[in-house]
Amino acid sequence: MALLEVEKITLTFKGIAALLDVSYRIEKGQIVSLIGPNGAGKTSMLNCISGRYVPDSGSIRLRDEELLDVPAHRRTRRGLSRTFQNIALFKGLSVLDNLMVGRHARMDAGILSSVLYLGRARAEEDRHRRRVEEVIDFLGLSPYRHQPAGRLPYGVQKRVELGRALAAEPELILLDEPMAGMNLEETEDMARYILDINEEWGVTVFLVEHDMGVVMDLSDHVVVLDFGQVLATGSPAEVQADPAVVAAYLGSQDAAFLGR
Amino acid sequence: MQGTCGLFHTSYASESQLLPTSFQRWRFGLFFAAYAFCPLFLDAYDLSVLIMIHVAVIGAVALNLLTGCCGQISLGHGAFVGVGAYASAILSGLGLPFLLALPAGGLVAACVGMFFGIPSLRLKGIYLAIATLAAQIIIEYLFLHWDGLTGGSNGMIVASPDLFGLAIDDEPGHFWLSFAVAALVVLAVSNIMRTRPGRAFVAVRDYYLSAEIVGVNLFATKLAAFGVSSFLAGVAGGLWAHYVMYVTPEMFGVGLSISYLAMIIIGGMGSVQGSVFGAIFITLLPEFLTFASGAASDVLPGLSDSLMAMKEGIFGLVLVLFLIFEPEGLSYRWRLFKAYWKLYPFAH
Ligand SMILES: Nc1ncnc2c1ncn2[C@@H]1O[C@H](COP(=O)(O)OP(=O)(O)OP(=O)(O)O)[C@@H](O)[C@H]1O
Ligand SMILES: [Mg+2]
Repeated sequence: MALLEVEKITLTFKGIAALLDVSYRIEKGQIVSLIGPNGAGKTSMLNCISGRYVPDSGSIRLRDEELLDVPAHRRTRRGLSRTFQNIALFKGLSVLDNLMVGRHARMDAGILSSVLYLGRARAEEDRHRRRVEEVIDFLGLSPYRHQPAGRLPYGVQKRVELGRALAAEPELILLDEPMAGMNLEETEDMARYILDINEEWGVTVFLVEHDMGVVMDLSDHVVVLDFGQVLATGSPAEVQADPAVVAAYLGSQDAAFLGR
Repeated sequence: MQGTCGLFHTSYASESQLLPTSFQRWRFGLFFAAYAFCPLFLDAYDLSVLIMIHVAVIGAVALNLLTGCCGQISLGHGAFVGVGAYASAILSGLGLPFLLALPAGGLVAACVGMFFGIPSLRLKGIYLAIATLAAQIIIEYLFLHWDGLTGGSNGMIVASPDLFGLAIDDEPGHFWLSFAVAALVVLAVSNIMRTRPGRAFVAVRDYYLSAEIVGVNLFATKLAAFGVSSFLAGVAGGLWAHYVMYVTPEMFGVGLSISYLAMIIIGGMGSVQGSVFGAIFITLLPEFLTFASGAASDVLPGLSDSLMAMKEGIFGLVLVLFLIFEPEGLSYRWRLFKAYWKLYPFAH
């Protein structure tokens, strides 16, 4: 049984299909990449998994349980978390609090218990703070711990967003272009983090990325989308050699990357 | 731990305290103790101003939780204060002890607030402002026309409260009562803001898409913000009604909603401390104008009348000046001030 099974997902906006009969599987413990030209439907695909969009038909199963019946905010508890293509941090909260919010689904203090802030609420804060500090150490965020997230440099904000997703202790993490807009050094750091998340933390990664070098190096498995349809799936080498993929990328700016 | 050259925390719990250093705790405790002695040397009028500040602090902290922290604007806050005032007055009139009637009034206000908070699921910003303004107008209409319950335009007489057989019927009594309630409310809201529900409020305000992704139920969280905020507003209303011993519809007009908004804007959006500053500032502003016009009348007899006539205008002017020159509010200024003195004389 695969960790995530996407079956015949179709999503339309006013009659125009953003995704058409998309099917693929993500095996537990792997790094799977989703690639495709601009507008291919990659972000839409992640939105269907995370619950932002509701597909017109099809099924998405996590550990053999249908996800589409679960409201978006409950999917976190099922072991899913994600980052966004454009930075989507809580600007007014410190880095620490952004990561603490990341653990929202794993905590349960309600209004009444936090008003009193006695024993249980206090112990819960402490316990979760410990987990968050592990993520902060792992991502090297300690110098920024108490700074408002909105005032940090772009590259650091991207890392904080990864941290927030990690803080939820997901089984499957969806990353929407985590390297976009980063310089070479930051890109290499991010690639290292993704590998560590996968190998040391045991998190299955579903990665959307335009940088083909990164995709080919990191992935165990690649899914190629074009105009909302699956063009090819397979190992990086197989996908790179696929004539349909080469044709889809020809003439686009990504062609150069694909040729390496 | 307080070292000679800085503050070093040795546990996570010590870092998340409201007053991290023992110096701060001492200073705060001393101020509190000294403040509690006010009734011994202030006259009834001064105490009445302080009581109104306590009521305003509760209302402002409540609105700041909803609007400043959770990002849900409300122009109906004055009406929710009114619901609490009427409900607790009616309940204590029916013989319910004050200590039960006050929170019960808050609960009624919470239900009404949550009901009118339902549109917040779909409406944001200016549209939500209009929806809550509609709530204000509807509730005001009910105060005025539901004669059997509210006494209509004549209002209602409210019995003075009674705590465990102890009648609270003078200014010192109301001072201590409202002070205690205000202190508890400030503590409660501070606690909410440093734990899970408070972070969820801010998450909804800052980026609702991400809030959903980390597992925040948007609708439930917005409703909770409306509920807690109107509960506290209702408590403020109950204290106010039992202090002045009557309620009329005019007390809870849209003007009250706007002055609460002014308090949190001037104090600082999303800051509990700022709400306190704003409440003090807005409550004292008319007192200050009265004082200034009184002083001016010795020199320029004509000026005092015109100054009083311009009260509303001056109120508006102060608000606009704040928006232009101090958009972050008084709490921000206070933080800069404290940071400066912490490093004194090495600040530069
Ligand atoms: N909310 C929406 N309303 C209407 N159309 C949408 C919406 N979201 C996506 N689309 C359309 O669906 C198609 C796929 O968009 P999507 O954002 O998924 O592409 P993408 O592969 O992530 O592209 P990029 O590489 O530029 O991020 C596009 O044609 C887009 O215009
Ligand atoms: Mg995209």
